[in-house]
Amino acid sequence: MAPLTGAKVALFATCITDTVKPSVPIATVKLLERLGCRVEYPAKQTCCGQIMTNTGYFDEAVPTVRNFVETFGEYDYIVAPSGSCVGSVRDQHTMLARHAGDAGLEKEAGAVAARTYELTEFIVDVLGVTDVGAYFPHKVTYHPSCHGLRITRVGDRPERLLSAVEGIELVDLPDARSCCGFGGTFSVKNSDVSIAMATDKANNAVSTGAEYITGGDHACLMNIGGVAHRNGQHITPIHLVEILAATKEDAR
Amino acid sequence: MTATPTRRTPEPGSWLGIPAFPKAAPGELANETQRRNLRHATTTIRAKRVVRASEVPNWEELRTAGAQIKDRVGRHLDEYLVQAEEAMTKAGITVHWARDAADANQIVAEIAKAKGVDEVVKIKSMVTQEIDLNEALEAEGIAAWETDLAELIVQLGHDLPSHILVPAIHRNRDEVQDIFTREMGLYGTPAPEGISNNPEELAAAARVHLREKFLRAKMAVSGGNFIVAETGTLVIVESEGNGRMCLTLPETLVSVVGIEKLVPTLEDLEVFLKLLPRSSTGERMNPYTSMWTGVTEGDGPQDLHVILLDNGRSNVLSDPEGRAALRCIRCSACLNICPVYERVGGHAYGNPYPGPIGAILGPQLRGMEDERDRALPFASSLCGACNEVCPVRIPFTDILVHLRHKVVEYKTAKHPTVEQGIMKGAGWVMADGSHLATVQAGERIGGRVFRGKWLGPMGPIPIAKEWLKGRDLEPLPTQNFRQWWKKNREGGQR
Ligand code: SF4
Repeated sequence: MAPLTGAKVALFATCITDTVKPSVPIATVKLLERLGCRVEYPAKQTCCGQIMTNTGYFDEAVPTVRNFVETFGEYDYIVAPSGSCVGSVRDQHTMLARHAGDAGLEKEAGAVAARTYELTEFIVDVLGVTDVGAYFPHKVTYHPSCHGLRITRVGDRPERLLSAVEGIELVDLPDARSCCGFGGTFSVKNSDVSIAMATDKANNAVSTGAEYITGGDHACLMNIGGVAHRNGQHITPIHLVEILAATKEDAR
Repeated sequence: MTATPTRRTPEPGSWLGIPAFPKAAPGELANETQRRNLRHATTTIRAKRVVRASEVPNWEELRTAGAQIKDRVGRHLDEYLVQAEEAMTKAGITVHWARDAADANQIVAEIAKAKGVDEVVKIKSMVTQEIDLNEALEAEGIAAWETDLAELIVQLGHDLPSHILVPAIHRNRDEVQDIFTREMGLYGTPAPEGISNNPEELAAAARVHLREKFLRAKMAVSGGNFIVAETGTLVIVESEGNGRMCLTLPETLVSVVGIEKLVPTLEDLEVFLKLLPRSSTGERMNPYTSMWTGVTEGDGPQDLHVILLDNGRSNVLSDPEGRAALRCIRCSACLNICPVYERVGGHAYGNPYPGPIGAILGPQLRGMEDERDRALPFASSLCGACNEVCPVRIPFTDILVHLRHKVVEYKTAKHPTVEQGIMKGAGWVMADGSHLATVQAGERIGGRVFRGKWLGPMGPIPIAKEWLKGRDLEPLPTQNFRQWWKKNREGGQR
């Protein structure tokens, strides 16, 4: 695929990173701009509705779907730095519209979802780039988050992008594909099990000797990092877009 | 009968004593033996399953075929049931219908009484766990002996099964040694004097203990893996050979079979005989596959009964979103891959079907009246690992979310809940970016107050308390993205 430059891209910052981890969408903006995109941030946006949907509150999630369609309806490319949120847009929005008995919304939601990309999908498949010109001279291990892996199916795109980063040393995470235990409200409704899962994940990450654990979903990193911090373990969670956006100029 | 008869079999553990999943989980998590066993067993079997699946070139198509056959059976269940009944009857099998557990248990007891037997040997089966057959027979003065090694360990241990294929997966060999030493003699041939914890010695003791029961038994009870509707063939697969003993020695065989277990033709059966062993034990074939098309003089059971059981299945079938759970062929691959099951084991699920399949089947078969059933759809991180391994492609995560919605409907139908209030609030916040921005303004203050500090253990703030039990929360930012954008890129300008 020929590299696509000058593409107008709507950033879906996702409610979690917008609110508690702005460095992730900021890095997304910088990276996409560096790759020649014109990034827009439609301020009407909120979230994908996943927390409500996955807790069983379908009625409460429908306005979110409506808002997503209204906010992003006119864009050809909607990009989010979260495999989980993109999965929710693709996998749940039409179901919610159907639940609300709104056939028009169902159709529109389906169409918008088809134009919604997880960041690494967009870079690799649409922009046709695997080397984004990043520089990150550190030892890093990668956790493929479940929703990115199994719902959004980002495949090995994150690894391909990461391994092209200059200076990076990527080390395999033992039992990489097993869940970190976040699971939205699962992390509070079944906090004991969730913490047990996150503890195993953090221990595996630490066992690699990596300085950083990265992934495509901030929520999982927050979960793993939260346990590691509590247990006094030295591994820093970092979203993969922050690695991909890093250059020699702002070397950390 | 005047006095209550004393028990003939070991009194089992009780599901009723187990609280709802979130409350049961911490105790199970703390059980180090169980956690070690589960981790070891599931890791081994997972790897084996991957190898065996990858040997079949059209594995993914086979899974699709399995799903489609089961769905077809569900769509035309009425016709297939009639066809199966006719074919079985013609072949010489007596067919019974049971609406629920009580019906089925009564039929088994009546057959036993008509035969004049007061004990039966059993092939390991999930469906008889589901209907609590052993206890029903015990109440009638009939002893039901489990003959599968793991089931025997559970039965003699006054315990409950914790895995659908390896019910005693939570036990280690020291515990088995204790159980055998203590209990075997009370119910038959005792374990040899000074038996060690060596697995071979333990298996040998079980063999001797069971042999006595096999040789005496006049009646066997089993479940059924499949019934071929076209031919009326009852199919039972197993791996130890104890089942083969039950199927060939006793004169009478009674099989309790869920109505969803039908497959249309022998050709369809082939699909499942490939999918099942590779998914369950990581073997290419089941060591023992028994197929009975009626009775044959001088070979096998001379009197064969099949009890077709509903027990909630037709309700499940009536729910278009949830019915795919009935495709299940009880291979246990979803348990073996599940990170939640791996850590808490089977008992916390509070019913014989644990793990992902238990979380979606339990509440559907039994309904949502009990708090424990309402907790099950939430006993999952929705990681979707089960979706990937299930040989009949059950869409677990979709069904879990669907059942969560049903739980919410159930709970909020009577009176509003706190959670509902929170979700309504979230619904308002997320309905428009301007609402979210308002809330984010408050969050900024938090960032200033805690400036750069991680949040640690905290008092009784509802959601934070659960999160901060074993995790810290990284420092909140002093500026959210929305504000950054306004300052740095307003209007999309660079
Ligand atoms: S739900 Fe699927 S994976 Fe789980 S036991 Fe049934 S057939 Fe096997």
